[in-house]
Amino acid sequence: MERNVVLIALFAALIAVLGLIPKINLISGVPITAQSLGVMLCGTVLGARRGALAVLLFLLLVALGLPLLAGGRGGLGLFVSPSAGFLIGFPIAAFVAGLVVEKLKAIPLTASAILGAVLGGIVALYIPGIIGMAITLEKSLPEAAMLALPFLPGDLIKAGIAGMLTAALAKARPDAVLSRA
Amino acid sequence: MLSLTSPVKTRYHRLPAAAKLLALSLATFLLFVIETPVFVVAVLLATALLYAVPGRAFWTEGLRLLRPVVFFVAVVLVWHIVTNDVATGIMICLRLVAAVALANLVTMTTRLEDMLDVVRKLFAPFRRFGLSPDVLAFSVALVVRFAPVLLEKGTRLAEAWRARSARRARWNIILPLTLIVLDDADHVSEALRARGGVETTY
Repeated sequence: MERNVVLIALFAALIAVLGLIPKINLISGVPITAQSLGVMLCGTVLGARRGALAVLLFLLLVALGLPLLAGGRGGLGLFVSPSAGFLIGFPIAAFVAGLVVEKLKAIPLTASAILGAVLGGIVALYIPGIIGMAITLEKSLPEAAMLALPFLPGDLIKAGIAGMLTAALAKARPDAVLSRA
Repeated sequence: MLSLTSPVKTRYHRLPAAAKLLALSLATFLLFVIETPVFVVAVLLATALLYAVPGRAFWTEGLRLLRPVVFFVAVVLVWHIVTNDVATGIMICLRLVAAVALANLVTMTTRLEDMLDVVRKLFAPFRRFGLSPDVLAFSVALVVRFAPVLLEKGTRLAEAWRARSARRARWNIILPLTLIVLDDADHVSEALRARGGVETTY
């Protein structure tokens, strides 16, 4: 009980801190931060349920007005902005990523974690994200999808990093990667 | 930990948080249902007035909090200039700015403690499903306490990296940082158990 609560809270804090790591500009000029990497890690390391709870806790604090989102953003305004769909997608992303790692025990952890990060952190995240942009910006779904496209290369890189980090963590602290426990 | 609550004290600060949140939900709902330009402009003007009343400092702070929508406003405007439908584009942007500004107003004028109180009350009915509002409040306190601690440790990792390498640390420090999180979690949960667990400590 205590360990779960503390792990969930500390991973929520980790997502916040990763959002503060200086952003990198891709060749396309699109800035990427490590925040969504944090969301992927919540799922691949803590597992589906705990990972989603950590992300929900992080979002609760953002909604309450703490500037924890990348770029020091926060507050209720974000939940009606075009980014709202991505925020709603965050806990789903962590859940899906965790679920994939939990279910695919037969293949190596690196592979299942990368797959989980792609299915969760990209597929499960982009669907509500694109729907959210389509609603708030009054665009059709394909049009909104085009707006999300520039972020795809960065997120693919992050999914790869999330997979390798998860495997490295499992080596360093074998009993800490709860998605495989 | 810094929150987005405005240091400029206004009369809005004294309104009950639950009432503000309820009014906000209603306003946002209406804003997305009623699409007449007159209504949207009226809401935007009323919002601007609410920001203007407490003075210049509050107004400037409000504008700064609107930065996240600037990118989307630019995209929508360019889009509708290209498709030759500028009027619709302007309406979408006005509504977007009004909705976000209204929500920011609640964030700026409500203290974190008051927000937390609302959350605890909202979660009280879930106690019978095993979700204790005390555990939730404790988790919130943990994040608020540990985010700055982790940031500090991350900064030290980055500095240690720079002392050894000509290049700046980027992804390289995430692994040690996550290891610190896992180890800290072990220590904190042991300390909690030693003091009687989450439910009794809080």
